[in-house]
Amino acid sequence: MSKSLDKNIPYSNMSYGTEPTRLVKFMRVCFLYQIYNFFKLNLKVMLIVVRGHS
Amino acid sequence: MAKVVVLGAGISGHTAVSYLSRALKNKHEVVMVSPNSNFQWVPSNIWVGVGLMTPDQVKFKLAPVYKKMGIDYKQALATAIYPEGDTENEKGYVKIKYVTEENKDVEEKVTYDYLINATGPKLNFEATEGLGPKKFTQSVCTYDHAAHAWENLQESFKKMENGEKQTFLVGTGHALATCQGAAFEYILNIAFEINKRKLNHLADLWWITNEYELGDFGMGGAYIKRNGYITPTKIFAESILKEHGVRWIKQAGVSKIEKGVVHYETLDGDLETKEFDFAMLIPGFAGAGMKAFDKQGEDISARVFAANGMMKVDADYTPKPFEEWKAQDWPLNYQSTEYANVYAAGIAFAPPHGMSKPMQSPNGTKIFPTPPRTGMPSGVIGKIVAQNIIHQIKTGIVEHPHEASMAKMGAACIVSAGYGLRKGQAAVMTVNPIVADWEKYPKWGRDINDTVGVVGTAGHWMKLFMHYMFIYKAKAKPFWWLIPE
Repeated sequence: MSKSLDKNIPYSNMSYGTEPTRLVKFMRVCFLYQIYNFFKLNLKVMLIVVRGHS
Repeated sequence: MAKVVVLGAGISGHTAVSYLSRALKNKHEVVMVSPNSNFQWVPSNIWVGVGLMTPDQVKFKLAPVYKKMGIDYKQALATAIYPEGDTENEKGYVKIKYVTEENKDVEEKVTYDYLINATGPKLNFEATEGLGPKKFTQSVCTYDHAAHAWENLQESFKKMENGEKQTFLVGTGHALATCQGAAFEYILNIAFEINKRKLNHLADLWWITNEYELGDFGMGGAYIKRNGYITPTKIFAESILKEHGVRWIKQAGVSKIEKGVVHYETLDGDLETKEFDFAMLIPGFAGAGMKAFDKQGEDISARVFAANGMMKVDADYTPKPFEEWKAQDWPLNYQSTEYANVYAAGIAFAPPHGMSKPMQSPNGTKIFPTPPRTGMPSGVIGKIVAQNIIHQIKTGIVEHPHEASMAKMGAACIVSAGYGLRKGQAAVMTVNPIVADWEKYPKWGRDINDTVGVVGTAGHWMKLFMHYMFIYKAKAKPFWWLIPE
């Protein structure tokens, strides 16, 4: 895939995108943190839906 | 006894008919007209398209569910509405044509007191030459399209396993197409599956879109709270594509597809081509193609429907430039502009204008996404339309205590980026409201505290959880009404 090709080419579209650090990648699959995120995000979505109509 | 007819058993129509049945069962008549024999949970079609779910896991038969709910289900296609009736019928009616084997092409006039048009979109493959599963590209818009896409994707995987390079092109297949989110999910899932098979070195992945900038998603983009920064969705979307090794072509209006080649025009007016081995491109959407007639049989479709075939409702359709668009232009109760007992829910209603800024190439080609109205907003609109009709039937008062403007309601978009309880990931993006309201939120256009973008396994669990939860709800199992839209 182009991930190793384009991202280091200056001025290419891809070169401007941010990339996750190892810590961020770890946190994305860290079970405890993701369990917390799961409940937090579900609650947020539910509140948004419920508040969005009368 | 009142009679409510719902056209279309998609997310919006099915939600509406479920609430109507719960409130009116045994006292009033509720009729569902849909040419489809199955309900499908469209968001999971992405997983069918990469072979992680079968079509049977995302669909179920409607007839037994409607029987249980006491709904008169007619498997037929609505072809025309006569809101004033005709010389034989005082009441408004819908002309339908059955699609079942035993009654094929038999026509019937179904009268109504209230009508909900929730016919959803017509997948307008014809608007782009060479587009669609019967021609040169794939689609994941329905479960059978997704299954077909998976068959073709497997062929590409086999070729890669034999050492052959493959170019994958995913995105929008029309200059005005919407639903970028589904295509975005699909390319991320393809990238995940290729990575899983360790075939990265043989894959060239491309995203092609009519968005001015990535992350527009047909809603003019958004600002999200992320890692201590307020970040535009442009950065969010580009970063995700970069991480998955996907390059992109933006501001592209696909005009024609030939075997292995996509022709597109850019906003600069350049005519370009891109070669591919596997392409999944979302078609433009149009109305279901119904006509409307008055009592004398005169065609009044132009009054009832907008030019794209969607039904005009209580929105402000006055043509105005982008700078003058307001949140108040968007409809509140989805009542037809012409007939008080007719409503349009979900994708069937005509939006007053886009959310993304209209753009045009020097050649005059309009290239920008039209507004998305899928999933969560469709369900909410179906629910409030049903609640207002229930209120009117029970009280006899024509009023709308329930409102759901897309400029006041939020939405969550869960973009799957790989499957698996431990390794699966998804980007969760919430926006509130869907339509930016720059008067109420002058700084960011939306409530920044409700607008987030998070990537992680939790997102995948959420998508999986919603898959099972909403199918449970759609099957009208015990306490289904406790589950929000």
